[in-house]
Amino acid sequence: MNAIEFILSGMLAAATPFLLAALGELVAERAGVLNLGVEGMMALGAALAFIVVYNGGGHFEGFIVAALGGIFVSLLFAFVALGLRANQVATGLAIGILGAGLSAFFGKSYESFTVTGLNQIQIPVLSNIPVVGGLFTQDCIVWLSLLASAGLWYMFAYTKIGLLLRAVGENPKAAQSIGYPVIAIRVGAVAFGGLMAGIAGAYASTVYTPLWADGMIAGRGWIAVALVVFGTWMVGRVFLGACLFGMLSLAGTVVQLTGLAIPSQLLASLPYLVTIIVLGIISSNRRLLKLNGIASLGETYER
Amino acid sequence: MTLILPRLVARERASLSMMIIAPFAALALAAFANFTLYLTLDVDPSAVFYALLIEPFTSWYAFSEVLLKTGPLLLIAQGLAIGFRAKVFNIGAEGQFILGAICASAIPVYAPQASGIWIWPSMLLLGALGGGAWAAITSFWRVRLNANEILVSLMLSLVAVQLLNYLLLGPWKDPMGFNFPQSVMFQYDAMVPTLLPGTRVNISLLFAVGLSLAAWVFMQRSFIGFKLQVGGLAPRAAAYAGFSQGGAIWMSLLIGGCAAGFAGAAEVAGPIGQLQRSISTGYGYAAIIVAYLGGLHPIGILLSSFFMAALYIGGDTAMVSADLPIAGVRVFQGSLLLSYLILATFVRHRLDWPRPSAEIKP
Amino acid sequence: MTAPLLSLRDVSKSYGQVHANRGVNLDVASHSIHAILGENGAGKSTLMKLIYGVEKPDSGQIMWQGKQLHLNAPGDARQLGIGMVFQHFSLFETLTVVENVSLVVPGDKKDLAQRITVLGAEFGLDVDPMAHVHTLSVGERQRVEIIRCLLTNPKLLILDEPTSVLPPQSVNRLFETLRKLAADGVSILFISHKLEEIRAICDHATILRAGQVVGNVDPRLHDASALATMMIGHDVPAPLAAKPISTGNKHLELIAVDHIHDDPFSVPLKQINLQVRAGEILGIAGVSGNGQSELAALISGEARLHGSEKQRIMMMSRDVTHLNPAARRHLGFAFVPEDRLGQGAVPEMSLTKNSLLTAHSKGLVRHGLIRMRQATAFAKACIATQDVRTPDEHAEAGALSGGNLQKFIIGREMMLAPKLLFVNQPTWGVDIGAATAIRQQLIALRNDGCAILVISEELDELFEVSDHIQVLNHGRLSARFKTVDTKPEEIGLHMIATGDAA
Repeated sequence: MNAIEFILSGMLAAATPFLLAALGELVAERAGVLNLGVEGMMALGAALAFIVVYNGGGHFEGFIVAALGGIFVSLLFAFVALGLRANQVATGLAIGILGAGLSAFFGKSYESFTVTGLNQIQIPVLSNIPVVGGLFTQDCIVWLSLLASAGLWYMFAYTKIGLLLRAVGENPKAAQSIGYPVIAIRVGAVAFGGLMAGIAGAYASTVYTPLWADGMIAGRGWIAVALVVFGTWMVGRVFLGACLFGMLSLAGTVVQLTGLAIPSQLLASLPYLVTIIVLGIISSNRRLLKLNGIASLGETYER
Repeated sequence: MTLILPRLVARERASLSMMIIAPFAALALAAFANFTLYLTLDVDPSAVFYALLIEPFTSWYAFSEVLLKTGPLLLIAQGLAIGFRAKVFNIGAEGQFILGAICASAIPVYAPQASGIWIWPSMLLLGALGGGAWAAITSFWRVRLNANEILVSLMLSLVAVQLLNYLLLGPWKDPMGFNFPQSVMFQYDAMVPTLLPGTRVNISLLFAVGLSLAAWVFMQRSFIGFKLQVGGLAPRAAAYAGFSQGGAIWMSLLIGGCAAGFAGAAEVAGPIGQLQRSISTGYGYAAIIVAYLGGLHPIGILLSSFFMAALYIGGDTAMVSADLPIAGVRVFQGSLLLSYLILATFVRHRLDWPRPSAEIKP
Repeated sequence: MTAPLLSLRDVSKSYGQVHANRGVNLDVASHSIHAILGENGAGKSTLMKLIYGVEKPDSGQIMWQGKQLHLNAPGDARQLGIGMVFQHFSLFETLTVVENVSLVVPGDKKDLAQRITVLGAEFGLDVDPMAHVHTLSVGERQRVEIIRCLLTNPKLLILDEPTSVLPPQSVNRLFETLRKLAADGVSILFISHKLEEIRAICDHATILRAGQVVGNVDPRLHDASALATMMIGHDVPAPLAAKPISTGNKHLELIAVDHIHDDPFSVPLKQINLQVRAGEILGIAGVSGNGQSELAALISGEARLHGSEKQRIMMMSRDVTHLNPAARRHLGFAFVPEDRLGQGAVPEMSLTKNSLLTAHSKGLVRHGLIRMRQATAFAKACIATQDVRTPDEHAEAGALSGGNLQKFIIGREMMLAPKLLFVNQPTWGVDIGAATAIRQQLIALRNDGCAILVISEELDELFEVSDHIQVLNHGRLSARFKTVDTKPEEIGLHMIATGDAA
């Protein structure tokens, strides 16, 4: 298998944790809420799913429990930041620390244990094409995350719910005055973000690298938050960004294949460094951010 | 049926009594939440709370260890709080701490034989500069490139960990160290002098307390501190007054970075005595909690850093005596910050229960 | 006789200590254009929120066609046929007109777009359904709001200060629409403090003062000053006479200013030339959203011009193009911004600390440290001279009413003894007594030789205080008119002239 084939076949799976978490955060941010606790929600989902799967609960059950865990923590965020109007940044950080702590707490007796991943589903015909065939051999969660991307894209472009989320994010006062329950809509959006982050974590710990280690999310939740900025709050661009980071995560293995002598620490830093650089490039285009940005993002809404 | 919920109503002015009560009530709330968690997990809560909250104060040695941990937490939190009040969210203190430790270590690593009284002060200075330089990257990204400082500073922390690993596994590894990822042990002159004989508490604690007082003057009395606070509370008012936003960001991040770097240097030149992987047990993140718990006020932070240090020491004991996973401390920290944010709401708001008259309908 | 469309019986609502409405009775008949007349803070907006279901009354009853109402949300009110056009529009700028409408009116977009066009043609409310709201003028946005309401087939349409954002000519057009609607059977609640307008269009007026109904009259039978006396409870003070125009030094000069802000939703300024001399008040008229905030930011120094040789901003004969607001203040410049809370003052800080914002160079800071005693004295003096209603100087700015805070900010800026004062919307949301006092102070300062620039949406105000008027429209500034030689209608024409005439 050459490097290109390797990247093509592995990219989507590597991108999936980023993609799922970023899509969830995208919905929350579209509604005007900045939840920085993604890393913690992912970590908790990862631990819960791993425990369920390790104890013979099956992947489906693992994902359900992880989703519930993510929703629970995100509702905690919503209670404090939306219900009690606390600073969203500080609340997100608290949720992040709490989620990561809980994952380490629950996962303590599972350190370095492994489980089996999920079966690959091949798309007939397409998966037999040389070179790009690997792209069409993926597990079901990858396929589902692609469906979720398409679904969210459709939602924002064509449905009333999408319109409503955008409206609430742009001008919550106006939305309230024409009769929409702003806080309830935002709580819903945040809960969706928690659900997606929980699933993203579950995928990371039970499918992508089916092994438990404390700190295994390794900044992927934070990168997911950055991806939403990279994608300027558009589903399609967030998807492309996730693919980029999927490829970057494969860099280590690719370098081993090519036999280049690059320190492993530099390779491990690569996603972080790329995040920093891309953030600088995208953000310096102030007009672009202003044009696509969410006017009320992170602001406390006082009725 | 309608659910009757109390409404949050803004107070006319901030409640001073609530400001003082909030951290203590938050502690009670967090303790309660963790109590239930321990019960579900078959950990004996009384043993945990004894170990966490009482045992650090039962022996002189344990108490001195609390003071030792207070130093770095106090330094970092004071620096961060200044930024937080200016709404500059530097959450990469962990990375700035690590860079401070690395830069300080350069002297004993490259000049292991050097001696003289100049060595440890230079290390502290170099550490502060290193932390400041690391924070300056975030600052540049925020001011010139308009990038979000939360994400950039956090990513830089993750990079700093990798940089530390690289040095310890590669060029800075102690050749006589049995292949452990650590540097040489530092020479005597590279160590910060001890403050309390018979303990590991060194004079960097004095620096931390002194800098806290300086922070108090800076935030409560100086015009620059006032400008920073205006920038945090009402950025448009700061622009209207002509207070430079970029300047405020640079100052916030540099102060935070230098303080964290100084703390990192004091850690390797103090209790640890070499550069190793475990130089920080999450000080940079814990300091965020310390800063908030102290109400972002220099005096409050003096108390909250001491408390958080006790929690660290207590967590170590609880691991042994009550079989509490070490992650239990992180859970407690996270729930403490969350509880504090819940209670801090009532500094500026109060609950308004729907009046009974509204429910009587003809 | 049939029951009135809407009646309120003894309705009260209070927020904490503030009684916004006390024992209000109101009857709105069918086919009526009914005015709710009252000063800022008289309780008009609260009353409308109760009727539209945004808030619930503490006590009293609201009846709709004789039946008692319990509104839980605006949706309930809409269901019954109550529509509301907000003063600060409840539109979403990044969405299109039809998307905005579809958030309130069910139906698919194509169908809605068609209905918007048809309705627009019928009532003179033409607007492109596919346009993004941020590209629309204020008048067009108001039309969108009205259309959105009309598509829900209301029996009662509430308009909150609808003319405050419109030039005189558009007001006439709006009135034609309203008359047509009333003839078609829609009752209209018209909230305003503009007496002439109420006399021109309303057949009934309920007058509110301090939360209570103080009169029910047919406004066509009373003259404006009688209505004003009912509204504020005493006679309106007369404006201060201005001394004849003197020609002092140029204290402010903008030369060939072209500016495009980073914000893509902002209005580009084109070829702005203006000058203000000592002892003169120059008024800038115009419908909001035509570049006022962009121009204000450039003059105050909050936004800086991009480097170019030709365009310059001069103050006190010095080139200040690249100076920040603090440096401009050092030259004798003072500025009262449009937004009091968050720009002119920090809501969470005391009045003492808010003094420091701009007055720090008046001896309130030494060796980099704040001198609290001096700052307190400054704040106290400002409170006393301006008659600011507040417990003391420790009160937080956010706890003051809009009018009181404006008095404090204007006082603070005047205490800087400026050579050049720039006031953006001096009396917006301020009650009549305080507004008159503010205008008198401006004229007194001018008589003392200060150069003053005023931006205002209220033409009456500009005609009262300014020596000259220029109109800002689509980011361009008109020629200079001497106030005594011109009329509001002439200025109004320049306010609505379309696009790139120059």
